[in-house]
Amino acid sequence: MNQAVQAAPAAKRKPKETGVPDNTKYLHPTLLKNYGNWRYHDRPRPGVLHHVAHSGDEVWSVRAGTQRQMDVHTIRKLCDIADNFAEGRVRFTIRSNIEYIVTDEKKVAPLIAELEKSGFPVGGTGNSITMIAHTQGWLHCDIPGTDASGVVKALMDELYDEFRREEMPNRVHLSTSCCEINCGGQADLAVIVQHTKPPVINHDMVANVCERPTVVARCPVAAIRPAMVNGKPSLEIDETKCMCCGACYPPCPPMQINDPEFSKLAIWVGGKNSNARGKPTFMKMVAAGLPNNPPRWPEVGAVVKNILTVYKEDARPWERLADWIDRIGWPRFFEKTGLPFTKYLIDDWRGSRYNLNASAHIRF
Amino acid sequence: MAKKMHDTPNLDQLESGPWPSFVTGLKHLAEDKDYMVDLLGQLEESYKTKKGYWKGGTVGVFGYGGGVIPRFTELKNEDGTPKFPDAAEFHTLRIMPPPGMHYDTDTLRKFCDIWEEHGSGLIAFHGQSGDIMFQGATTENVQKSFDEINEMGFDLGGAGPAVRTSMSCVGAARCEQSCYNEAQAHRAVLNTFLDDIHRPSLPYKLKFKFSGCPNDCMNAIQRSDIAVIGTWRDNIRTDEELAKKWFAKHGMDELVNDVVARCPTKAFQVKELSKIKAGEHTSTVAVNDTHGIEISNQDCVRCMHCVNVMTGALAPGKDKGATVLVGGKSHLKIGGLMGTVVFPFIKLDTEEEVANLVDFSERHIDFFAENALEHERSGEMIERIGLSNYLDAMEIEVDPAMVNSPRMNPYVRTDGWEDEVAKINAKKQAA
Repeated sequence: MNQAVQAAPAAKRKPKETGVPDNTKYLHPTLLKNYGNWRYHDRPRPGVLHHVAHSGDEVWSVRAGTQRQMDVHTIRKLCDIADNFAEGRVRFTIRSNIEYIVTDEKKVAPLIAELEKSGFPVGGTGNSITMIAHTQGWLHCDIPGTDASGVVKALMDELYDEFRREEMPNRVHLSTSCCEINCGGQADLAVIVQHTKPPVINHDMVANVCERPTVVARCPVAAIRPAMVNGKPSLEIDETKCMCCGACYPPCPPMQINDPEFSKLAIWVGGKNSNARGKPTFMKMVAAGLPNNPPRWPEVGAVVKNILTVYKEDARPWERLADWIDRIGWPRFFEKTGLPFTKYLIDDWRGSRYNLNASAHIRF
Repeated sequence: MAKKMHDTPNLDQLESGPWPSFVTGLKHLAEDKDYMVDLLGQLEESYKTKKGYWKGGTVGVFGYGGGVIPRFTELKNEDGTPKFPDAAEFHTLRIMPPPGMHYDTDTLRKFCDIWEEHGSGLIAFHGQSGDIMFQGATTENVQKSFDEINEMGFDLGGAGPAVRTSMSCVGAARCEQSCYNEAQAHRAVLNTFLDDIHRPSLPYKLKFKFSGCPNDCMNAIQRSDIAVIGTWRDNIRTDEELAKKWFAKHGMDELVNDVVARCPTKAFQVKELSKIKAGEHTSTVAVNDTHGIEISNQDCVRCMHCVNVMTGALAPGKDKGATVLVGGKSHLKIGGLMGTVVFPFIKLDTEEEVANLVDFSERHIDFFAENALEHERSGEMIERIGLSNYLDAMEIEVDPAMVNSPRMNPYVRTDGWEDEVAKINAKKQAA
């Protein structure tokens, strides 16, 4: 055997630690030219932002919704549109909308027509309901209680018209999260998994898979302790303490928290990221116990639409959902939406006393 | 042509309706990829049973310790073989985006070509931390695709107990409300910590976010350990031409009800022109021949509301910079926390000023690495040790802008009070 023929093992390529790339070459030329020098903007129609620079230059940005989880064919289609209309440049918003920038107002209408013909709704600007910030779900997450892209598709089908209009009192940001970690983030309205039963432990697996002290330390209410079960080192849960958050599941998959029936969905409202008017706010739970019902989650969709419809009818201009509830008060929020206010909505976590009404301020 | 599709009666129902369908996209990819045929098979099973079937593992690229999210199927036949063998490995590469998430189509097309060849063909723009998520590659193909993406000038993002991928808003590139060069700060800070991004060794994750103004489009206060929020400290600028144009369109009712009444500190007043008083800290502008706006800038908290409503007529001042808050995070473990102000105002105009932010970030990360417990975020660490101890360690002077109010309980030992007062007085005299 000729030893010389045997190939040497290929040298492994060292990564180039280039970090965050410079965005200069990706900027639309007119954005680059007027960088840091913009004067004002207005919105000539839903889905279009018109920015004017101190130099007098103008750009129109056309915003369209995408499915976020995109196949290469869809991305290439979006690229074709950018090459035809927008000098080969695009940008994405934090909510996975795509934006095209044109310097000729005459291009706006044909660009919108092309996007909508290709199935991408134009909207999501100003006081619209914009695309939902979401997570991975069953498609890719290792701990999901439900899906993400599917819930979003089902909800956005329902909210499609409001995405394409600017008829809400103020902007509406939505998010969904497929476990209580809430990767979807704070929003005017959020749909989040809420487990209702403690984890089911596979005691045969714990010793092999889980670093037990880590799991014990992870529990927010100190409900987990080491135990010998059937002669094997494992963990046990004080079920009177456990509030079913699922924090133990990621470090210890044998502590299965997801359940097809008992993992429910909860609705939260009134989160606000912006400092506009009041300080930023965290969202509050207003409904729970909704069934995890794929492929279209109709029970969740009904509650979401109900809250948003009442808000649309009742809020004044520029009131975000949180601002609206500040004005009308929680009793009337529950009255107007018809949602039951149960004892589970009274906060008993750290700092909860600040959420109680320590005044005679009552609306009648 | 790929193998025969599995029946997907649940997923099929997500192809109808007007919103773009990810299922239609997956099916398109499955036309010539067995990989995606089986991915659809597993996803349909999740829709049927309401259970997830992915588990993590250890997959990475040579030279880095993180940035790849490994996924192996747990959906097995009785003999232990995968039920959908072609999609048994479905790993994600997290790739850091350019600031503001701008792209040219040449770059996007190259991404598509690479991912069509080595991966599933499914790319998410973007994940919740801002990564471009190249979703779905076998263990073997992770390195190949990374090498090609890396050669294009893109790099892996963070995962696990590491500095994570960051986001910055569109900012100076297209927004009149931008108060600093977000892209410059974003890159200067993040690219200082490439080792901490690529080789996870911190107590837990650490996130930066960069928003150009207090509208905080990047949700920095609620979602990042270090939030850099653009602001200004001089007077709101006014533009009479645009103010009159706004008023002609919107009128007095909207000015009073939508702007005056919504100013959180009542700094914004409408007055007859003859009663408006100019002053060092006052912004004034006429809206018609009889009435105008008077803003007391010392009372203004830079919330952005009036500037948002009357864009251009009102604008951030010229003495711009940023407020820095530390400690934002979501629920786990102690409950959601927002960031706390540690620098009411820093300048970010020059490279040296940006370097000061980088320097603070380095000192914060060093302190976090030394002092946080395992799986403890910055905000939890500060809650545990108290803000004062953190400020001492960071050598940051206390400032009443850091609190909503002074303390509401007497449970503090104050025998160092005179010393503290003497220090403050000495500093005042030296100034």
